[in-house]
Formats: sequence, structure tokens, C-alpha cells
Amino acid sequence: MVDTVLSLQHYLILAGIVFTIGVFGIFLNRKNVIIILMSIELMLLAVNINFVAFSAFMGDITGQIFTMFILTVAAAEAAIGLAILVVFFRNKGSIAVEDISELKG
Amino acid sequence: MIETLTFYLFAFILIFSAVAVISMRNPVHSVLFLILGFFNASGLFILIGAEFVAMILAIVYVGAVAVLFLFVVMMLDVRFNDLRKGAMQYVPLGLIIGAVLLAEFIYLFSGWVLPDNTNEILVSGMTNTQEIGHILYTDYVFPFQLAGLILFVAMIGAIVLTHRKRAGVLRQNIKEQVTRTKKDAIEIKKVASGTGV
Repeated sequence: MVDTVLSLQHYLILAGIVFTIGVFGIFLNRKNVIIILMSIELMLLAVNINFVAFSAFMGDITGQIFTMFILTVAAAEAAIGLAILVVFFRNKGSIAVEDISELKG
Repeated sequence: MIETLTFYLFAFILIFSAVAVISMRNPVHSVLFLILGFFNASGLFILIGAEFVAMILAIVYVGAVAVLFLFVVMMLDVRFNDLRKGAMQYVPLGLIIGAVLLAEFIYLFSGWVLPDNTNEILVSGMTNTQEIGHILYTDYVFPFQLAGLILFVAMIGAIVLTHRKRAGVLRQNIKEQVTRTKKDAIEIKKVASGTGV
């Protein structure tokens, strides 16, 4: 069962599992925006694992460079998302996702 | 062999903490498990030889993003238990979608074979950080600048969104200061001796 040689498949399947947990987290906590943002971070982490695994096993450093770009975008996304969350909480006194649908015209 | 065992150790802790992130009742615990998960992912990256990305992951995620999450979770005064009510009705759908997604991933990834002619562009005798620097500042200098621009815009956006004007706060108004003249600033009164103002 346990392979003695570390292969690309190990990393890819681990990334797949983490990504799936991230997707499931959105369903499980669909009212809590903070947990949804954390689930998105988990999915981005899974993508990063994929990039780094391919980069290391194909001997091409470009994957790791793209991981850094993804990290940049993830940090920006987290900052903006949390800022919107703070403003929303200030206006509504709640962070439930259902209340956001009031933005509809 | 020891490499594989280390991989399984890190991988299981990563998966465990990912499950804990989405299932904890208290979001503060979720954030702390997120930090644990990022540290283990960092360990996995070191295991595969990507030290620089591992360190960046630890610094950026644990040092910045997770602390930001922690800050917001503690700052917002939300009763988080109310948010879980009625959340269970979407769990079956989520389980179905998750199972299909995972099955597809495993089916896709388990049969993945790397092509034989993988281009070995890694220059020998260089550390991981040197290699990244060699490519990042030459071939990818434009995306690198663009990443800086994205961070800049995100910073301004976050400040503009959360900034609010409050009454009763003393702050410098430069326009008011500059347009002040002698006429409306001081008043000269002749005071007769012995009477006071």
C-alpha cells in the first residue's frame, strides 16, 4: 500500500483531497463568510501544492514562480475580502451570507 | 523511505487541519488550524526541494493572511453559533459534489505519467532561491511588477473601504490652516489700565 518512493502522484492526490475539503467547506459553512474565505485559502493552497509538485518533478522552476504570483493574489484577495466583510458588518451588524442578497435591486 | 514517512506525516496533519478548519464551531480555532495546515504544507514544500516557496508560504500566510483573519474574527462581535443554523441542509449536496470531484481528481492524477523528455532547465550548483531569482527578475519581470501593482491596489482598496470619518476626532486640515489670515485669527483690543478685558 505505502509506496517507498515519493512520487508525483502523492502530491497530486493530496492536493486533490485538500481542494475537495475546501469546496466542501463552502457548502458546510454557507452562512459564515469568514469560513468561506478560509475555504478559498485552502483551495488556493491545493493549487499551490500542485504547482510546486509539477515544478519539482519536471525540473522546471517556473511552477514555483507562479506559486509566488498565486500567493500575491491570495494575499490581496484576503485583504480585500476581509475589508468588505468589516464594512458589511459595520452596516448590517451581521455577516450572514443571506443578508448580502439585499444588494439585489 | 524516511522521505515517504515524513510526507505521510505532513500530509495527514494537513488533511486533518483542513477538515478542522471547515468543521470547528469557533472561527478562532479554525484560523489556528489554518495556520497549522499552512505550516505542514510548508514542510511538504521543503521535502520536495522548494525551500524558498516554503519560507514565503510561512511568512505570507502565517505571518500576514492568518493574522489578518485572526484579527478580523476577534474584532467582529458576531454570535457564530447563529450562523450554523440551517447549514446542514446543503451538506448532502456538498458531499455528493465533493465525492464526485475527489473521484475525478484521483482518477485523473493516479494515471498521470510525466513525459520522458522533461526539459531539465535547472542549472546545477544553484540553490533554489538563486534559481528563482534568475528566472523571476529576467523572464518574469513584468508579471513581477504587476504583482506589486496588485498588492498596491489591494492596499489602497482595503484602506478606502474600511476608512471612516468620525466626529470628535482632532485632525489636521491643511486647507484650513493655509487659508487662515491675520484678520480672522487674532483680534486686538485696547485695554484700559486697571479695568481688565
